[in-house]
Amino acid sequence: MRGTRTKLTPYLLMLPGGLWLAVFFVVPIILMIGLSTMSGNIISGFGDPFHHFGNYIDGFTQYGHQWLNSAIYAGLGCLISIVLSYPIAYWIAFYGGARKSTYLFLILLPFFVSFVLRTVAWNYILSDQGIVLGRLKHWHLLSQNFHIIGTAPAVIGGIVYNYLPFMILPIYVALERVDPRVIEAGRDLYANAATVFTKVVLPLSLPGVFAGVLLNFVPAASDYVNAQVLGGTGNNMIGNVIYNQYFIVQNYPLQASLSFSLMGILLIGIFIYARALGTEDVLEAAAA
Amino acid sequence: MSARTRWPAARRSLSKRGPAKRDLSRRDLFKMGGAAAAGLALAGCGIPGLAKIITPEEALAEARAFWPKQKPTGRLSFANWADYIDPSHESLKLFTKSTGITVSYAEVIEDDNSWFAKIDPLIRAGQYIGYDLMVVTDGFEFNDLVELQELIPLDHSYLPTFSKYVIPKFTKETFDPGNLYSVPWASGITGIGWNTKYVKDDITSIDVLWDPKYAGKIGMMADPQEIANFGLFKLGIDPDGSAKDDWNKAAQVLTQQRNAGIVRQYYDQSYVNALSQGDIWITMAWSGDIFQQNQSAGNNDLQFVVPQQGGTIWTDNMMIPKHAQNPVSAMKMMDWFYHPQIATMLTENIQYISACAPVKSMIGQDAKLKHGANGQDQSTLQALVSSPLVFPPDSVLDRCKNYITPADPQTAQDFKNLFNAITEA
Repeated sequence: MRGTRTKLTPYLLMLPGGLWLAVFFVVPIILMIGLSTMSGNIISGFGDPFHHFGNYIDGFTQYGHQWLNSAIYAGLGCLISIVLSYPIAYWIAFYGGARKSTYLFLILLPFFVSFVLRTVAWNYILSDQGIVLGRLKHWHLLSQNFHIIGTAPAVIGGIVYNYLPFMILPIYVALERVDPRVIEAGRDLYANAATVFTKVVLPLSLPGVFAGVLLNFVPAASDYVNAQVLGGTGNNMIGNVIYNQYFIVQNYPLQASLSFSLMGILLIGIFIYARALGTEDVLEAAAA
Repeated sequence: MSARTRWPAARRSLSKRGPAKRDLSRRDLFKMGGAAAAGLALAGCGIPGLAKIITPEEALAEARAFWPKQKPTGRLSFANWADYIDPSHESLKLFTKSTGITVSYAEVIEDDNSWFAKIDPLIRAGQYIGYDLMVVTDGFEFNDLVELQELIPLDHSYLPTFSKYVIPKFTKETFDPGNLYSVPWASGITGIGWNTKYVKDDITSIDVLWDPKYAGKIGMMADPQEIANFGLFKLGIDPDGSAKDDWNKAAQVLTQQRNAGIVRQYYDQSYVNALSQGDIWITMAWSGDIFQQNQSAGNNDLQFVVPQQGGTIWTDNMMIPKHAQNPVSAMKMMDWFYHPQIATMLTENIQYISACAPVKSMIGQDAKLKHGANGQDQSTLQALVSSPLVFPPDSVLDRCKNYITPADPQTAQDFKNLFNAITEA
């Protein structure tokens, strides 16, 4: 009697959380799979689930360009973000001194303003005749036709700007954990500063970069605000397509299949990424 | 605690990956068991459509059964488009003073399609959407709302002022003959707006939107119905009575325009800012927006024209969504905006076409005074009275066409796909 109760206890304890997940995660996902394989229109209704898997193929054949945009913009955004974040995180971790938390707070400060508003602000700052480009054009430093808003670099820039703190923070956390004595040991073994960085500090901070890439790439790949506000013709990402298919065309099945494809690709991508560059392997490689 | 002891701890937690995963899969199995079955059962049923389209007679019968049961409530929740009036507008304050009904006015509608996408699932589920009165443009979404029976047919006994002052044309509109479901809030024209700081030519033709000289400085609208009409005007096809072949041709000419790098961006309401800050120089535009922007900027930089090939006339309509909690208040508000002084106040502010007949002469009277109801100066009001876009003469109206309204749901879906594919690329 007592034995069975102990066996059941963990399951009973899991029940509330498990039910929560089941109701608010598993059920909607299964509903979405159903929806993604339906056909119909908003007036006649949608039906015939699990018969129209062609929606998935349509999603790729019709929107190849937008899928590619998402991958390129999010990927480049991540790379630029790493290059920009690493020195900042490094500086705060090793030279921040007593003010570390102040600097971290400053990095998070923009989050007190809404995401969309911050993006729209860039639209004003970088507008063709705005405070930056307008001046430069007035001084004849730029041609009259030069513009930033409405181009792919503007979208990538917006992505980098909006997700930068999510790169800085994990790298900072990883660097903060590096024991200064490990660096001293490297020095004692006659490594110069560059070697200490590449052989000691960088490998130890890679878990932070790994986490930063996850936190940047996943939301950036499904983002639609940056392309909407800062992009132009031909800069739409897959998030914009999903938005349009839901809100403008009301093609719910296609929208659901696109969302599902995006989720699937991101999950598989993360899995492969974690397997290939798993933090543990990185650490072991560094140790070897 | 020293950093040294922290480091192996971090490593240990990382190396726990193996067993942690096994835990996860067991938990997954556990929760998937019951939930999956429930989910699959639910996924089996689709989203139901409509049993049958209601006839006007049935709608009237429904109204006769519905309205006698409704009691006044003293509250009203009003959903309108951004950039019309402020929630603290005088007309709303006067309404509260006159009727005792407190109004919560929200500028929550950004465009018809996203508004419809937000409210449709709620109304289908039999829920109150949180608003008793809303403003929707004639077009797809209006048709969808009517066909899906998501609106409450109006009780005209609450509309004495409306019937007294409405311009007769607005009671015979093809999208809602006899004002069964809606009364006009304001009408406007989609034409071409341009910024005279950058464009010195006088624009009269729609061809300017395809002019390579302005490549990258042209704005188009993202809405499928708006852009479709402009594609047709460019080809000289009348949208009324156009068919699938014409739409394909229009889509082609719009795709060429995009692929030639002429279009900077497909805009929602944000085109006004882009135009006034010089990101775009020439754009598809709504008449009143251009005047409002000039008024708030205090200059006359922006100009507007209905191109000789044609422009689109549309009407934003007040209507009551099904399951509204304060329908009587909503009816009173509809009637309120047809009191000549209130309608005048509105037109002087928003500079769109009014459906209330006395407005023109009332603004003329205001123009003779020192200032208008909202403090506008004399010259603004005089310009308003003589504006061909607020009080369009027949020469302008003849060029204005309605949105295309496809006959059946599948054609509507194809139409949207065709034109959305252009703006979405």
